[in-house]
Formats: sequence, structure tokens, C-alpha cells
Amino acid sequence: MALSTHRTTTALLRHLTPAVSYLRHISTDSTSTITVETSVPFTGHKIEPPSRSVDTTAQELMSFFRDMALMRRMEIAADSLYKAKLIRGFCHLYDGQEAVAVGMEAAITRKDCIITAYRDHCIFLGRGGTLLESFSELMGRKDGCSKGKGGSMHFYKKEGGFYGGHGIVGAQIPLGCGLAFAQKYKNDENVTFTLYGDGAANQGQLFEALNMAALWDLPAILVCENNHYGMGTAEWRAAKSPAYYKRGDYVPGLKVDGMDALAVKQACRFAKEHALKNGPIILEMDTYRYHGHSMSDPGSTYRTRDEISGVRQERDPIERVRKLLLAYDIANEKELKDIEKEARKQVDEAIAKAKESPLPEPSELFTNVYVKGYGVESFGADRKEIRAALP
Amino acid sequence: MFGIISHKLVASTAGGSPGQPILRAAVLAMMSNYSTATKQIMVREALNSALDEEMAADPTVFLMGEEVGEYEGAYKVRFVNSPLTPVSKGLLRKYGPQRVVDTPITEAIDHIINSAAKTNYMSAGNINVPIVFRGPNGPAAGVGAQHSQISSHWYSSCPGLKVLAPYSSEDARGLLKTAIRDPDPVVFLENELLYGESFPVSDEVLDSSFCLPIGKAKIEKEGKDVTITAFSRMVGYALKAAEILEKEDLEAEVINLRSIRPLDRSLINNSVRKTNRLVTVEEGFPQHGVGAEICASVVEENFNYLDAPVERISGADAPMPYAANLERLALPQVEDVVRAARRACYRSVPTATTA
Repeated sequence: MALSTHRTTTALLRHLTPAVSYLRHISTDSTSTITVETSVPFTGHKIEPPSRSVDTTAQELMSFFRDMALMRRMEIAADSLYKAKLIRGFCHLYDGQEAVAVGMEAAITRKDCIITAYRDHCIFLGRGGTLLESFSELMGRKDGCSKGKGGSMHFYKKEGGFYGGHGIVGAQIPLGCGLAFAQKYKNDENVTFTLYGDGAANQGQLFEALNMAALWDLPAILVCENNHYGMGTAEWRAAKSPAYYKRGDYVPGLKVDGMDALAVKQACRFAKEHALKNGPIILEMDTYRYHGHSMSDPGSTYRTRDEISGVRQERDPIERVRKLLLAYDIANEKELKDIEKEARKQVDEAIAKAKESPLPEPSELFTNVYVKGYGVESFGADRKEIRAALP
Repeated sequence: MFGIISHKLVASTAGGSPGQPILRAAVLAMMSNYSTATKQIMVREALNSALDEEMAADPTVFLMGEEVGEYEGAYKVRFVNSPLTPVSKGLLRKYGPQRVVDTPITEAIDHIINSAAKTNYMSAGNINVPIVFRGPNGPAAGVGAQHSQISSHWYSSCPGLKVLAPYSSEDARGLLKTAIRDPDPVVFLENELLYGESFPVSDEVLDSSFCLPIGKAKIEKEGKDVTITAFSRMVGYALKAAEILEKEDLEAEVINLRSIRPLDRSLINNSVRKTNRLVTVEEGFPQHGVGAEICASVVEENFNYLDAPVERISGADAPMPYAANLERLALPQVEDVVRAARRACYRSVPTATTA
């Protein structure tokens, strides 16, 4: 199998400039503003891009580090659980892409909505989900966020503004535009971030939904998490134009370094302002997943190990923030290592607790089919043996 | 938040053809089960009034679909003597463009099955989907193969969906109002050819609180010799067949299913326990159809009560042809229902040979 990855590899390693353009010894006041330049400037399509100088604080950078470390640990632990056959079916891991989740959260509130596809564990965490709910759900236990009935691809948290968790590629895009429709209908000054991948980016339903969003000026922000591979197909083999931020045509777009949490935050804040005034905008997050598409994909038949380790070396989102924290003297090596150890501990504890969570009761097969079931009858495999009245 | 999507389950052409049998006379003759009828309204008026009342009562209810707004609905009456009352008439003017939204054309079965039907379950009750997907479904007249498909049995095989099929104006009003108020996704299958039919309605039906329960069928005409189940347009055919059978001293009990999912199994089974014979009628394709499910249900629950094999009348097992004579052969006719009822009552012997 010929792999012409050289071109793509160098493209991915383009952002070699160090994260910090100047070093400063700052006071220990964790909320005073630090201004950092993003790794690369933003590129705009039919819009003036925001500045690459991002305001942040020591507190925010620490929370980025902590949250991303937790997300990273969770995904790696999920890998082991899957291999131990405690997680079944599909499992799509997000490690490498954490900056998109934390950067977005930093720019929005829980009243804004996020909807994504099946690579949803970390977004769920960002929206207020707990490790216990996550691992329990992955292992199909009753303490899972969907009571064990959803699985890896169906995490939800309506109270946190998270609308899932969807298995059908691209289906979440029209749903996300629908959420934006509701927000506009209710006039509540909130926006919806609809996440999708480079694989979904060529789907017809995206363009149908985008047309409506633009026609009606909906506060919809379409975010293409471009990790450059739709399952095993590289973007240049799937899209005539892999410049996904331009694909909206009449809808403006922004290309963002998705491995830089601060760039993501800047872009999302910019996009929210834009969407509330002018309707939809597309954000293309240039990101990367270390794992294969899912646990059944080794991830190395369509890309080289050099490419993967290259990105990990040069662009890892957690490393970028670590360098910032060290450079600004916000924390030292040991403190950061301790945070990572703590993350590991939290994950291990959550897994142990989740393992104790029981499987759902058999009667749960028939709950939540409807909100109002009117006592209608439903049947098990042997309808003379098992019947249930839907509550 | 509620939404009604007037999704054309069959894509649009304004229907209605003068060649269609006029069933109004037959229906008026069968008035025995309608409570004191004071007024006649067309099905499309019934639907329009239901939409209007529910939108007035709840500001979170909105209507969205192709041609529902400025065009006031794609299915307008062509009969000369009838006023133009398309289903969403007047709603845009009354509620404004925020609540009556014209959409560009878009087709999506996947969302009904995979997003709407399953979200409440996958999220263990966290997120529900209170949408009504309404629109004309099934063959009209001369619209050809791609525009004549009935999807009642496809949607009805999905847990998580509720599927309703009104026949009369009373059904249309009551079921649509219930559907709009229901917190689950409802597929509401109207029939283009019924839009222009008038039915008598009582004051109770015209009241703004009138709702019909989901999951309950209606006995349109009581009888003791054979049970005939039908839904949507076929109810009219079943009633006409019952009239003919009456002359042969066979009293058919005609059941208007109203709700395809959930199916009113207990009413159907009770009826068969009384009559001991069953004929199911539907316009859709036979394989895995509504009749198949009803037959299975009755055989499982009341095998010993059946005095004859269950008879199924359905659309022909072929794509819908265009030529008028072939189209007539492809759809159930009243004489088919009569013949099947006679067979079930052992008044005639089946003549079709198998290959």
C-alpha cells in the first residue's frame, strides 16, 4: 500500500514555532492577564480573522492543563478497558484533540449548546460530566450517564448544554442547526457549536442545514474537527477541497490551530460574537488524533508512526500548555507532574467505582422508549414469556 | 419545545382527480357512530383548525416545512365547488414567520428513525423529542411509483415512534391535537385524497380541548360476523364493503385503527373473539405490513377463536404503475374487501392459483 504521507506529514508539523514568543516573570496573582500569541495566525474566509494575541490568566492555563490531563488519562484508560473487553462495541478516542474541548469551554457558558458525533467522551467531561458517569456508561453499567443504555457514542447532558453523542455520521449537524433555531426562537442570546469531522464534511445534510442556518441567521457555529483522516481515508482522498473552513461558500469561516487551546478559545469567542449578530460561521480546527478512528483501527495502516510521533512531539496540546506554565513560572515541573499523577489517581478511582456499578435491571430494556407510554405493551424476544407495559 | 414538521412523506404534486370514487355518500349513511352531528367539515379544515388551536395555546409550538407558510400548503383542493382551504392556510398570517417557517427542500428518513425515535432511549430520558412529522402519505392518483409509497409499516416497526393515521375529520382534529401535545416523536400520516372529504363533527369535536387518545382504535360500525380492520382511506372502503355485505346478511364490524403504533391489540382481539373472522385492509405493500402484524397478534392471542384463516387485502406487491387501469389493479378496491370477507365467512372459495 503506497503511502504518500510525506506531504501531509510536513503539513501537519508546520507549526514548529515555540508557543511563547516572550518570557516574563509574573507575580503569583493567578487572575492577572497574560497575553499569549497563538502558534499561527488565524486564516479567514470571507471574514476578518481575530487577532492572534489571546488574553488568559494563570488560573485558566492551570485549568487547561488539569482538564486536558484528565481527558488524556480517561481516554488512555478507556483503551485499556476496551482491550480488557470491559468496553464493547465501538469506542472512538479523542486523545490529541483535547485542546478543542477545553478551549471551547473557556469561551462559552453551559447555556450555549454543544453537539458532536461519536468521539464524545471528552466533550462530555468538559460540559460537566463526571468520570464515574463516563466509565460506567462505557462499561454499560447503571451509573452511566445514559444508565448504560447508550454506550460510548451516546453520552448526553442536557443540563450542561450537551446534546450528544451521535452515531450516524453527519446527522448531528442538522440537529445542531435545530438547536440554534430553538435558541433564536427563544431569543436567549446563546449559540450552538455543532462539531463534525473531516469525514462528515462532505455530507449533503451539512449543506442543507447550513443553507437553512444562513437563510434564517441562526446562531449556529459549525466546527470541523479536522484530524485529517476520515476513518482510514486521508482528507485529500475524500475531498476535492479539504479547505473545510472555505466550504461554506457564502458562510464565513476561520481556520484555527486545534492543538492550541488558546487559539481555540479565541476562535470560539470570536465565533460566538459573530453568530449572535450575523448568523452561522464555520470553524476548522486543525487537530490530530493519536489513536486510530476507533479501537478496531490500529491507526497505522494509512499513516506512518513517524507522523504520529512527530505530531506528539511538536504539537501536543498538553505539552504546549506545560511549556507556557513553566515559561511563565506559574508552576514547576514537579507540580505539573503531581497534577498528572492526581489525574491518573482520579481516573483509577473512577474506574474502580464504575466496575462496582451493577448492570442495569432487565426492566430497563423497556424504560425510556417513550416519555409517555400510556401503558402500551411491549415484548421481549419471546413475546409469550416477556411482556412489559411501557410507563 | 414542540415542533411540527410538515415533512412531505410523499413528495408533492397537488392531488385530486375527478375519477376517484366519491365516498361521501357512503360515509353519511354510516353516521350511527358519530355523536350528535351538527356540522360538516373537511379533513383539511379539521387539520388546519387543530394546528391553529394548538399554536394559539402554546407559544413554543411552531410549524416548519416545505410550502407551509407563504404557499399555505401544497395540497389545495381542485374540486370546483369547494373553497380553497389548504392545510396550513392562514397560519403564517396569524402567527408570523417566526412560528410558521418555510423550509428549503430536504429529505431525511434517517433522522426520523435514528435521531427522533431513539434519542430518548439512548439518553435514558435526558433528551426527549416532541416533534410531529406530518404530511400526506400513500398513493394519490396517477402519481407513479416513487410518490405512492406508504410508510406506515416502516415507521411502525420502530420502537420510540408513535404512528397515527386519521380517517375522518374527527380523527384528524383529535389525533393531531394529541400528537402536538405528546412529548414523543409522532409520525402523522395524512392522506391527500381525504383532504377534501367532509365528515360530520359534533360540538365536542369542535371544542379546542378535544383530543383523541393514542393507541386506541375506533369501532366505526359494529357487527357480529367478520372483523374488518382498516386505517386512513381504507376505512371508507371497508365501510362501503360492509354496506354491500349487509345485503348478503353478513354483518361486518369495521375497525378504524387510528393508531398504527401503538396498535390497539386488545380492541382488535376482542372484536375477533366476537366475530371469529378477520380481514385486514391496507393500501401499503403486503410483506411485513400492518395486516401481517395484526394477523400475528390475533393468531398468537386468540388462535382458538378463529373459525377461518385471516385474510389480508393490501396494495399489490409491485411498484405503483402509472396507467390508470394498472393503478386500479395495484390498489385495494371495495370488491376486494367484500370478496375477502365472503371467503372468511366461507361464502366463497379462493380462485387464485399459485405458481
